[in-house]
Amino acid sequence: MSGAAALHPGARVLVREDYPPGHFRTPVYVRGRTGVITRKIGDFRNPETLALGRDGLPLKALFEVKFKQKDLWPDYAGAEEDALLIDLYEHWLSTVKND
Amino acid sequence: MRGPHDIGGLEAGPVDTAPHDMTFWEKQIDALNMLLGAKGIRRTDENRRYIEMLGHDAYNTLSYYERWTASMSRLLIDKDYITQDEIDAKIADLTTRLGEDMKT
Repeated sequence: MSGAAALHPGARVLVREDYPPGHFRTPVYVRGRTGVITRKIGDFRNPETLALGRDGLPLKALFEVKFKQKDLWPDYAGAEEDALLIDLYEHWLSTVKND
Repeated sequence: MRGPHDIGGLEAGPVDTAPHDMTFWEKQIDALNMLLGAKGIRRTDENRRYIEMLGHDAYNTLSYYERWTASMSRLLIDKDYITQDEIDAKIADLTTRLGEDMKT
């Protein structure tokens, strides 16, 4: 399954590993990493095109995604269950099969 | 690959969390920025894009509101509201009237 319909709470997602020029709300440290959607926050104007002075439409779904800290930082020494919650737009996410 | 603002996870040393007052010019820049937004001349995301476009050297050299100032002046030039010549002329005028202290 692919596309926006596959993005829902519980879905395992891969963040697009891309480094385009421009303004993006997806920090480098989550690009290329895999997490799990915890909830949909809403639909919002796209900050990437707002940043170009356009209207930011069509609206983009924004999801809260949970990453294990150990999946983000190779030398993370904290507890296994420590996690990061971060808001990511749908066009940075693709679903991946559960392990 | 990594913008100058996108520093999550990098070594940064201790963070100065001491509160500090804003100077008058910083308040002026903040007010101008709000006004440009209210008039629909610039959006917050545009401001962010311009600040991130400063590059690593300028981004890490300028203070917070100096970045805003650089971002706003470039945006206003790009959108044909003002010209670089007008900015240069105003700076020359202020420097003459207020003296050499302006330059530091």
